[in-house]
Amino acid sequence: MTAKPEMIEFQDVHKYYGTYHALRGITATIKAGEFFSLLGPSGCGKTTLLRTIAGFEGISSGAVLIDGKNMAGVPANKRPTNMVFQSYAIFPHLTVAENVGFGLRRDPGSAAEKAGKVAEALEMVGLKGYGDRAAHALSGGQRQRVALARALILKPKVLLLDEPLSALDKKMREQMQVELIRLQRQVGITFILVTHDQEEALVMSDRIAVMFEGEIAQLADPETLYRRPATRQVANFIGTMNFLPAQVISENGGTVEVDAQGFGRVTLNADQVSAAAAEGTTVGFRPETLTLLYDGQTAVDRDSMATVEEVVYYGDMTYYDLKLDGTDAPVRISMRNVFGRPVLDIGTRTKVAWSPGALVLFR
Amino acid sequence: MKSSGLRIYTIGYLIFLYAPIALLPIFAFNNSKIVAFPLSGVTTEWFVQMWNDQSLREAMMNSLIISGTTAVLATTLGIFAARASTRFSFPGKGGIMGLIMLPLVLPEMIVAMSMLVVLIGIGVPLSKLTIILGHVLICTPFAVAILSSAFQSLDKSLEEAAYDLGETPLSTFRLIILPLVMPGIVSSLLISFTISLDEFIIANFLGGSTKVLSSYIYGQFRFPANVPAMLALGTILVCISIMLLATAEYFRRRGLAKTGAKDTGGFL
Repeated sequence: MTAKPEMIEFQDVHKYYGTYHALRGITATIKAGEFFSLLGPSGCGKTTLLRTIAGFEGISSGAVLIDGKNMAGVPANKRPTNMVFQSYAIFPHLTVAENVGFGLRRDPGSAAEKAGKVAEALEMVGLKGYGDRAAHALSGGQRQRVALARALILKPKVLLLDEPLSALDKKMREQMQVELIRLQRQVGITFILVTHDQEEALVMSDRIAVMFEGEIAQLADPETLYRRPATRQVANFIGTMNFLPAQVISENGGTVEVDAQGFGRVTLNADQVSAAAAEGTTVGFRPETLTLLYDGQTAVDRDSMATVEEVVYYGDMTYYDLKLDGTDAPVRISMRNVFGRPVLDIGTRTKVAWSPGALVLFR
Repeated sequence: MKSSGLRIYTIGYLIFLYAPIALLPIFAFNNSKIVAFPLSGVTTEWFVQMWNDQSLREAMMNSLIISGTTAVLATTLGIFAARASTRFSFPGKGGIMGLIMLPLVLPEMIVAMSMLVVLIGIGVPLSKLTIILGHVLICTPFAVAILSSAFQSLDKSLEEAAYDLGETPLSTFRLIILPLVMPGIVSSLLISFTISLDEFIIANFLGGSTKVLSSYIYGQFRFPANVPAMLALGTILVCISIMLLATAEYFRRRGLAKTGAKDTGGFL
């Protein structure tokens, strides 16, 4: 992968609504051709940040640059961005083709050229032949596609997507996720997605900015975000993470020696150390990084003894609440159900395998 | 027993409400100068007499000018107020909107009297113009009520989407907002027109010597010979009123259906 030029640049962006501080010094860059997500709980400022790119929200201080140009004073209708709205905002009094071709009104091309572009855009989103339909008669998924075609027909530098899948049912949502990824690769335009769904962000994005209370808590690719969350807040927001109390024994250059409940003494690398705010020093790990050891199996790395406290059977997976020896509270682990391996009963004593590389120290 | 009592009450109520109106066309076609049963035969004489009445024509012309102008002015003011109240927030909004809507429940007598005092005080001669002023005052709240529901059902992101696709605020208003609230505008025009056409007190107080339809008809009832012709006119007015209100309601409902909004009540 070669370094890509920067498409969007936020320089210390602040936004106030009266006395409410909605954006608190956002500094970040989004690369050209990237599928970028703004992820966070509702009210974290992700939609506000997206709307500052579109030009629907002004900023109180700082700068927003698109393709190197400062957007201060540039109104929404003059920006090289197009948006897919959460409500889709399909014009109900127009046909599908009129909706999709709406942005071409100021295009100098002939009517035939425009009709060609509309047909092309409709085909791209899988709505070939729907041009003459009335827009208000479409289903949710079809509206979504019309909104996409309408926004992409102007070939914007950046496509902004404001929770575009939140109104769809689960099956439709998963299908559209895959289609959006395919579409983004096909057109090569920078996509910026706002979502509160961490799974959606992980599935679709090249990079994700996790936001809390008007600030970016971590900006990273999905794998880093999942495996090495920068703060405990990020760890809790993305997937499930277990935490056990720990103490730092010594720090030696790049490594930290830790005494953690249930794990004993482990040595962690510098990249395994994250921030914990006021919650005390803990080690965290994901449910799938601990593995039950059945008779005859031995741990590749390290192992501990534990008691099964709760069993939740999901068909393909089983979730166990385990109490590791020497700990006060149970931790949750997940095991893929494989033929020949029974689901353990509550109360069973078992060995679990783990590896220091899967641990993250929060302090 | 209880339910049959209620049924009788309901039927009685409806008869009381509509029987007088039903009598209009009956006597309008009755071949007798005296408005009383028994009926004595069918005639269209009263319609002919009405048609040839020159002062009626003049009153009709005045009424059309007044109602047409009132409808346009009230609806235009209604568009401004409805847009402001649904899209923007400003200090004192609740109070201002309340005061705009107040003439809806204010006795017309009070409006008519106070306007008369003011107009005479500042020396404005009473004419069609002064009637129009009074009618705009009482029609605007109706226009605001109808148009607010039309503007309310507009999703704000529709405007943003048009803006995002390169349109200016002005062209967005023309291409998106106006077509979507047009049914509300038509409905507001029709209802304002109907209210103004029917109005009697203000037209009488502020009209001076200007005769409009309502005051002219009232005057004619002093001459028994002219009553059947007025019933013929009444018959036509009933038909026109029903048509106008039905059209207004049709446009209001179509507007809601188009934007996919929920019906939150109307006049019919």
